[in-house]
Amino acid sequence: MSADLNTILPEILLAIYAMLALLGAVYTGKDKMAPALTWLTAGVMALLALWIAFTGQGTTPAFGGMFVDDAFSRFAKVTLLISGAVVLVMGQEYMERRGILRFEYPVLVALSAVGMMVMVSAGDLMALYMGLELQSLALYVVASLRRDSVRSTEAGLKYFVLGALSSGMLLYGASLVYGFSGTTLFSGIIAATGDGQAPLGLLFGVVFMLAGLAFKVSAVPFHMWTPDVYEGAPTPITAFFATAPKVAAMGMFARVMYDAFGGIIGDWQQIVALLSVLSMFLGAIAAIGQTNIKRLMAYSSIAHMGYALIGLAAGTQLGVGAMLTYLAIYVTMNVGTFAFILSMQRDGEPVTDIASLNLYAKSEPAKALAMLVLLFSLAGVPPMLGFFAKLGVWQAGVDAGLIWLVVLSAVASAIGAYYYLRIVFFMYFGTEGTQMDSDRSPVLWVLLMGSAAVMILGVINLFGIDGVAQAAAASLVN
Amino acid sequence: MIGIEHYLTVAATLFVIGIFGLFLNRKNIIILLMSIELMLLAVNINLVAFSSYLGDLAGQVFTLFVLTVAAAEAAIGLAILVCFFRNRGTIAVEDVNVMKG
Repeated sequence: MSADLNTILPEILLAIYAMLALLGAVYTGKDKMAPALTWLTAGVMALLALWIAFTGQGTTPAFGGMFVDDAFSRFAKVTLLISGAVVLVMGQEYMERRGILRFEYPVLVALSAVGMMVMVSAGDLMALYMGLELQSLALYVVASLRRDSVRSTEAGLKYFVLGALSSGMLLYGASLVYGFSGTTLFSGIIAATGDGQAPLGLLFGVVFMLAGLAFKVSAVPFHMWTPDVYEGAPTPITAFFATAPKVAAMGMFARVMYDAFGGIIGDWQQIVALLSVLSMFLGAIAAIGQTNIKRLMAYSSIAHMGYALIGLAAGTQLGVGAMLTYLAIYVTMNVGTFAFILSMQRDGEPVTDIASLNLYAKSEPAKALAMLVLLFSLAGVPPMLGFFAKLGVWQAGVDAGLIWLVVLSAVASAIGAYYYLRIVFFMYFGTEGTQMDSDRSPVLWVLLMGSAAVMILGVINLFGIDGVAQAAAASLVN
Repeated sequence: MIGIEHYLTVAATLFVIGIFGLFLNRKNIIILLMSIELMLLAVNINLVAFSSYLGDLAGQVFTLFVLTVAAAEAAIGLAILVCFFRNRGTIAVEDVNVMKG
């Protein structure tokens, strides 16, 4: 029993921290505590990430296999904790200046991080569902954090309704899977499909679960909530949505597909490949007409999830490793890009209009250059890191014989490059217009420059993350 | 004799009614919340029926978790709805349209 508790100690500690922080803030200064609490929460999450990264070893199932601590879950946890911590620090000044930094914000982020950690470690349908709901419920509230804004509450409402629908579908699928395999344990489900044959009811359940999972990773045709939620939520919260929950959702997707349905890869591979193609093309085409940079980033994230799904559709260890590498690089790019978006303001008011970037390079050459690097990387232009992320999933796709998928994704990424380059065009060759204020926030500047530097320096050896990601994938696919 | 198929049919019917309630409803957001609840309860019927059929308690434990989460979800949904109503002054589905999409 105590060995079991040791295995989930990081989750327990973070949950206890979140509850203590809530109580502490309520009984002391309430919102006056919020800036300190934000930094403290970021610190706790970063420390936990370091602890998991340096002490975790081997594969340890806990609670009779309901919870698994392995290299895969550790990779996902470290990525999501670090990105969550960075986003907390990044948005703190922005939210404080606009009076929306409430003390509940870091607490809710910490609680959703607990949910995400359980999601990626789940070894049982019940653990999966509880982790997913803990994450989702916290995120619904965070999306509507700006209670006095129509947009923010509308974003929260849409996210809630569609998120609840997706949870319902996932749950219905889970109930069918339970009924036709006789167990909720992933190890039992994979044993029930050991001969590569699955009863029709179980396949039905798998399809429903896939639909629910696709909602969470915002894959087409289950993406409708993404643009509205990204646009309506306050920008720091959009930055959070674009990073940690995406990693967790993809981690959970891979976890379910391999740990529970790894025996019937042939049955779900085609569905995932289709989700991937649709996401890449819709993300690339629908983003072209956008004028709001947050909406554009939403379509960009839909497209990026499509590329990451290629790794999953490959159905191989190489594919899962490439997917993890892709996610880590994607999160780094997004942190830098959102650091830039957070610094966009005119007369102290945040602007998200792409046209306001006209000739930005004249007034802020360094930041424009960093943004150029990030946008090239998002578009997948070599030699930026984003290109190597795509190269990894393409290699996995070709290895698995999904050449049509790789070709289509190359076409989609060429279409998608247009809208990233359009922003670069505005920054360097746009027309004369009202200039934005120069923002002197050191945190945002460091994150923007750091992220851009990573995109260039990473080409040497990807900082070794591809090796770690492959080792993580080996623990999942066997 | 009522067998497992009958329970599954009822659950599937309720689930589909719930989904249609979400998509076809053009009136009121409260109805959306009710539809979501209906979907989750359909799942509960499924789980309990399978649990009894298989002679395995895990399904009933799962049901208790689902019930708890559904309560929390309804609370959060209503809270967001109240915030939305304060800003917008209406809870008609067609008025949730400040952002296109």
